Amino acid sequence: MSNHLSQKFEEIVGTGNVLASEVDRHNYAYDAAVLPPQLPALAVRPETPEALGRVVKTCNELGLPLTVRGSGTNLSGGTIPSEGGVVVLTGALNKIIEINEADMYAVVQTGVVTAKFAAEVAKRGLFYPPDPGSQAVSTMGGNVAENAGGLRGLKYGVTKDYVMGMSFYDVDGELVKTGSRTVKCVTGMNLHGLMVGSEGTLGVFNEIILKLVPPPKASKAMMAIFDDLGKASETVAAIIAAKIVPATLEYMDDFTIKTVEDFAHAGLPTDAKALLLIEVDGHPAQVEDEAAEVEAICKRIGATRIQVAKDAVERNKVWEARRAALSALARVRPTTVLEDATVPRSKIPAMVGALEKIAEKYKLTIGTFGHAGDGNLHPTILTDKRDHAEFTRVEAAIDEIFDVALSLGGTLSGEHGIGMAKSKYMVKEVGQGSIMYAKRLKAAMDPKNILNPGKITGA
Amino acid sequence: MSEMRQLVGLLKQIDDQLVACMRCGMCQAVCPIYAETGLEGHVARGKIALLECLADEVIKDPAGVKERLDACLLCGSCQANCPSGVKALDIFLKARAFLTGYYGLPPVKRAIFRGLLQNPKLFDTVLGVASKFQGLFTKPVNDMLGSSCARVFSDLIGGRHFAPLADKPLHDVATQRDTPRGHSGLKIAFFYGCVVDKMFPRIGEAVLKVCDHHGVGVFMPHAQACCGIPALSSGDRETFEKLVALNMKVFAESDFDVLVTPCATCTSTIKKIWPLMAEDLPATTRYQVKELSAKVKDISAFLIQDVGVTPADVAVSGEPVTVTYHDPCHLKKSLGVSAEPRALIGCNPRYKLQEMDGADSCCGSGGSFTLQHYDLSKRIGKRKRDNIVATGATVAATSCPACMLQIGDMLSQAGDTLAIRHPVEIYAETLAGR
Ligand SMILES: Cc1cc2nc3c(=O)[nH]c(=O)nc-3n(C[C@H](O)[C@H](O)[C@H](O)COP(=O)(O)OP(=O)(O)OC[C@H]3O[C@@H](n4cnc5c(N)ncnc54)[C@H](O)[C@@H]3O)c2cc1C
Ligand code: SF4
Ligand code: SF4
Repeated sequence: MSNHLSQKFEEIVGTGNVLASEVDRHNYAYDAAVLPPQLPALAVRPETPEALGRVVKTCNELGLPLTVRGSGTNLSGGTIPSEGGVVVLTGALNKIIEINEADMYAVVQTGVVTAKFAAEVAKRGLFYPPDPGSQAVSTMGGNVAENAGGLRGLKYGVTKDYVMGMSFYDVDGELVKTGSRTVKCVTGMNLHGLMVGSEGTLGVFNEIILKLVPPPKASKAMMAIFDDLGKASETVAAIIAAKIVPATLEYMDDFTIKTVEDFAHAGLPTDAKALLLIEVDGHPAQVEDEAAEVEAICKRIGATRIQVAKDAVERNKVWEARRAALSALARVRPTTVLEDATVPRSKIPAMVGALEKIAEKYKLTIGTFGHAGDGNLHPTILTDKRDHAEFTRVEAAIDEIFDVALSLGGTLSGEHGIGMAKSKYMVKEVGQGSIMYAKRLKAAMDPKNILNPGKITGA
Repeated sequence: MSEMRQLVGLLKQIDDQLVACMRCGMCQAVCPIYAETGLEGHVARGKIALLECLADEVIKDPAGVKERLDACLLCGSCQANCPSGVKALDIFLKARAFLTGYYGLPPVKRAIFRGLLQNPKLFDTVLGVASKFQGLFTKPVNDMLGSSCARVFSDLIGGRHFAPLADKPLHDVATQRDTPRGHSGLKIAFFYGCVVDKMFPRIGEAVLKVCDHHGVGVFMPHAQACCGIPALSSGDRETFEKLVALNMKVFAESDFDVLVTPCATCTSTIKKIWPLMAEDLPATTRYQVKELSAKVKDISAFLIQDVGVTPADVAVSGEPVTVTYHDPCHLKKSLGVSAEPRALIGCNPRYKLQEMDGADSCCGSGGSFTLQHYDLSKRIGKRKRDNIVATGATVAATSCPACMLQIGDMLSQAGDTLAIRHPVEIYAETLAGR
């Protein structure tokens, strides 16, 4: 049976692009989420858009569940396939089709790696701002399907703010076009809006049209150190209240500071309770003004120390500490569960307080860092998945983290998506009506339920 | 099936190292093999996942796992870039040893490792004889590079343009020596390594010349054995341990300050892998191995850091020679040495260093990887070649003779006429008496 299946796909994508050995199947059974793997029947790697369309059509005809996989770095189980399904690899669909400087847009295939794309854009004097921490490996298709965000989300928005249009395959292998290369376009329904964040459940992306912007002319970074958590979050609120929108406004708790310092010796104050990393950018004069104002606000509210980067080297140092956060935490224990519960930014102190209590209650180590400016925190639970007793406590703690986030008016996911990891919480946030609506929508577009089944809404 | 049990048991030993991988996938950004094939099984995350599956007995196909594991350059890029601090190289070396224990060594490797490597004298003799006859089987193709290609054995070496065995290996042109500390007050033990000895004796001669010039005493025994990495990376731990023991006998008791090698691979093997794999050796040997491995240094690092060589005062006439430098993975990624070789090149005012794109990306050699996966190795090497040629340099320099072989092959096949040099050769040119 599986031999027969391989043959069918080999006819479409060629012999070397069907991966069906035991080893290959195990290699496409997991992603970056801490969830049990599930074995697909095979993985296929189309090299042309036409082949991609035919693969989708064939899966539908055979009623085979299909999961598209970019780089498999999502943290919510979005690329864990259905048992016995087909994994479609986008790695060979990796062309940057166009970068248009005059009209400031680009067209890419879905397997293009984010950082490579951003670098190509930068070479032409333009800027593609979304910068997920995984950008060195994540793909544009994965970014759009997860609506990925990054450090610059506060000022520049997330992936959805840059998707101008796309083409995608529906389950019958028909190519659907939506949006355009123009800044304004209201032709037809906003289907590309629907595709952003759809996690591979509504269609398989082919080409994506992305908005580009001019890069900021100047930037200034600083690090503010606090001996009190309340003061740090008050500072966040005060900066925004002063009508300053920094490009980045990052937070680190005391545990993370200590761990980063132990690991990277970045010169962080290990007795601090919290740390804010702030960068303003834009026109040079405005940057000077805003940096001074931010510094004044930090001082007024009670930062014990402020370190303003004098040049690119010092700026890099500030960011090195932030970049080291996950690395440092990940080394403490074997398993790292990175969550992304998000709350309105005024609720950060409440959220952080709750996280401390949860850590205590379940006897767990949790380090928290993240995007304070947009309320997107990354409580990072350090554990060992082999310790079943402890891991059960981890799961209970995660349940509680989401309960708290929702009770504070927050959301389940700021950027990592729902996938399989959080589908069971969905109803708590959006209610039964929304789930039913989404399910009816999916049933209409994908009657055999082959497109990444089990993700977002469960079934 | 009981052997399978044993294999599973062995894999369980490295369970703690395996679980440290959080499957983030960041290793995809740096793995040269993954860059070519895009296959999950060819990147660290994929291999580690497979080893876990094997240990958990959910995979029944150790051969398939071994095949993926073998498709690895052991370049350490993944380890250097891993946020979680996964010791990928330790994992891969140990796992290869386990799997080789399970399958046994292929006969050819068995003959070479157990028959030749373990008997350095015999090894020298056999290759000595071979060097006399190689002209019958190969024809020179590129005078500048000094490469040849096979006339007869093309099946065996697959169209490679390889550097021929030297007419006379280093151990023939330079007698063993044990010279006292001179005005530098320093004394080295010189571990020349197989490839320098047999293919690039001129590098060894340059080392000796530089040491003599700077008053560095040299202990250079000829009884030294291979560093063991070819055997270990093929999973032959037994041969590896024998080779370490042979070397310990020669070096452990001697008097010197630094163990110097002109080979990035030997340096990193002695520094990192000897102590790592010495865990099972008797306590005294383990201690000796640690002592020795603490003393090992790359020749450029030694000359810059310890001897303190400075730019030579030689007359410069005409245009400087443009040279570009390739960072061997084993030197930069494993040991963090990248400034010193460049500084050493900079000590010859006749040369101008022109950096290439991706100077520290792997050249695709990876020891026996290139033998088993020549096609892949060539694709990776081709990128390196293109980057080298794009600099307009007439000399490509690097600190690892294995990289020199690979880069030489790539340049030669493309018909380029660059010379390939070791930084120490470039520096040695400035010394009097040339
Ligand atoms: C270390 C680390 C840091 C991270 N930092 C961030 C961060 O700062 N911000 C953030 O938002 N995320 C972050 N992530 C999560 C993850 O990297 C993002 O979700 C990213 O967008 C996933 O890209 P990918 O190419 O790996 O997609 P995959 O994981 O392969 O796929 C993600 C989803 O997209 C779907 N998909 C992929 N291609 C297509 C296509 N062509 N058509 C339809 N569906 C498709 C898949 O089916 C799946 O549901 C991080 C992850 C890691 C491991
Ligand atoms: S970078 Fe390290 S932790 Fe991440 S997948 Fe690769 S080996 Fe595992
Ligand atoms: S050692 Fe090099 S080739 Fe092997 S998996 Fe790591 S990065 Fe890839």
